[in-house]
Amino acid sequence: MSTPSTAIGIAAAVRSGSMSAVDAVEQSLERIGASDGDIGAFLTVTASSARDEAAAIDAAVASGSDPGPLAGVPIAIKDNMCTRGIPTTCASRMLDGWLPPYDATVISRLRTAGAVIVGKTNLDEFAMGSSTENSAFGVTKNPHDPTRVPGGSSGGSAAAVAAGFVPVSLGSDTGGSIRQPAGLCGVVGVKPTYGAVSRLGLVAFASSLDQIGPFAGNVADAAVVLEAIAGHDPGDSTSIPEPFGPLGAAVPRGVEGMRVGRITDLPAGADPDVTERFEAAFDALADAGADIVDVEVPAFTYGLTAYYLIAPAEASSNLARYDGVRYGHRVAAPDTDAMYVATRTDGFGAEVKRRILLGTYALSAGYYDAYYGKAQRVRRLIADDFARAYTHADVLLTPTAPTVAFEIGAKSDDPLAMYLCDTYTIPSNLAGHPAMSVPFGTGADGLPVGVQVLAPAVGEATMFAVGAALERAMGAQR
Amino acid sequence: MAGRITDDDVAHVARLARLGLDPDDVQRAVAELGAVLEHFADIDALELDAVEPMAQPYPLTNVLREDVVTTSLDRDEVLAQAPDAVDGRFAVPPILGDGA
Repeated sequence: MSTPSTAIGIAAAVRSGSMSAVDAVEQSLERIGASDGDIGAFLTVTASSARDEAAAIDAAVASGSDPGPLAGVPIAIKDNMCTRGIPTTCASRMLDGWLPPYDATVISRLRTAGAVIVGKTNLDEFAMGSSTENSAFGVTKNPHDPTRVPGGSSGGSAAAVAAGFVPVSLGSDTGGSIRQPAGLCGVVGVKPTYGAVSRLGLVAFASSLDQIGPFAGNVADAAVVLEAIAGHDPGDSTSIPEPFGPLGAAVPRGVEGMRVGRITDLPAGADPDVTERFEAAFDALADAGADIVDVEVPAFTYGLTAYYLIAPAEASSNLARYDGVRYGHRVAAPDTDAMYVATRTDGFGAEVKRRILLGTYALSAGYYDAYYGKAQRVRRLIADDFARAYTHADVLLTPTAPTVAFEIGAKSDDPLAMYLCDTYTIPSNLAGHPAMSVPFGTGADGLPVGVQVLAPAVGEATMFAVGAALERAMGAQR
Repeated sequence: MAGRITDDDVAHVARLARLGLDPDDVQRAVAELGAVLEHFADIDALELDAVEPMAQPYPLTNVLREDVVTTSLDRDEVLAQAPDAVDGRFAVPPILGDGA
């Protein structure tokens, strides 16, 4: 009998007693042990606690209780979410060796749902980057071609699913950090509506943009994980009070009569192989019964500028907390001010410093109105343009990223070229809308291409219906 | 948009951000930030005076929890992660010193 490889399959088998959680977790740990030396997806593997938790789940099943919808499912967590007593580094020397004194809300919710955390994954330092090359602890490779980047910043979590180490994982997405690596690694990646998932225990990067979301090998698995982690949390003041709608019915619903928007003034710059797959996605949805409609989102093109002023500004404020006083790295100095400077200069990497400088500049006296204030007004234009577009369309489609996975080192010396990777993903963060990347075939060199489905706020059910329709269309072409 | 970023600008914001930059770092930052900010001039032509700034996706009001005692983090567990702690408190070097 073949063992299940999807999260839904594993949970069903564990709940019915046909497979043990211990076996599911051992298989995951074996794969990590055998191949992660070549990929570098994990910063920490929590083998011992994972085995204990799996045994507890099997005991619960044996005693007749239900461990939950993710019973025995091995899951990997981006290393910027707090796990009590387990290192949480943000891939930064600043937090090397830090053991959080509490669990992020998503961690306790995953445990309540029966999931088993097998490790913490690599990222661009403090989630700042699009390639996972900015980690202080090494570069993660793309499982489809180890000379290429997995995307970022959640590159470790994307690669862990793409390599088959785990069926599902969690990432965080501030400007595309779940969707872009999902696209480059050929897996499903979801950025939920702002406020849908609690950020309590997510190390803050840009608080008006950050969201946690799942990676999965398929759309239905992503839905189950999102349902498990979403919903109101009194510990996060930006958490949406209304209950998060169930997604299970959305996945098989289909797109008959749905209006799928084509953004006629979408910024150019996608490679021809990516554009070809993107066009094929419209064809597939039209074949499945959707109406393709033209919409305009004129301010979409200004998203990159608004984002790279707003996100660094918020980051410069959020990262002020790393001062060597309460936790993390400290460099000794004769007085506190010298200690702050020495600690921060030594603890942060180049990209983090670049963004702190950019953000501090954008917020500083004399420049605030010209940069940060202007960016906030552009943000409003983008949200207003989306609102108008969604009176004509139920969802919008874009490429996830302009290119397939690029070579390691190709963009690491050119910040602007790296920032342009996020052209298509950023506007959803600025507007606070959900968006997901679904693998839709391959482009140059046989590398995965992702198509991005965008929906209005709390439009996850519609978005998942479209994502699943794209997945079925790909399955039919195989 | 404001004029091109200068060495003095970078040195000033580095001081505000408590980051130490040597002269080479300053030169590199001027070049990199200059290129990025130049790209950002695309929003200069937009007419934005009548547009309300947007700080976050949803209009949120502050919420206060009930004023009841709940469990908080364990003091010893928190202080065990501090770079230095003395008598149940975070410890730092002198506040008034050479750099003050």
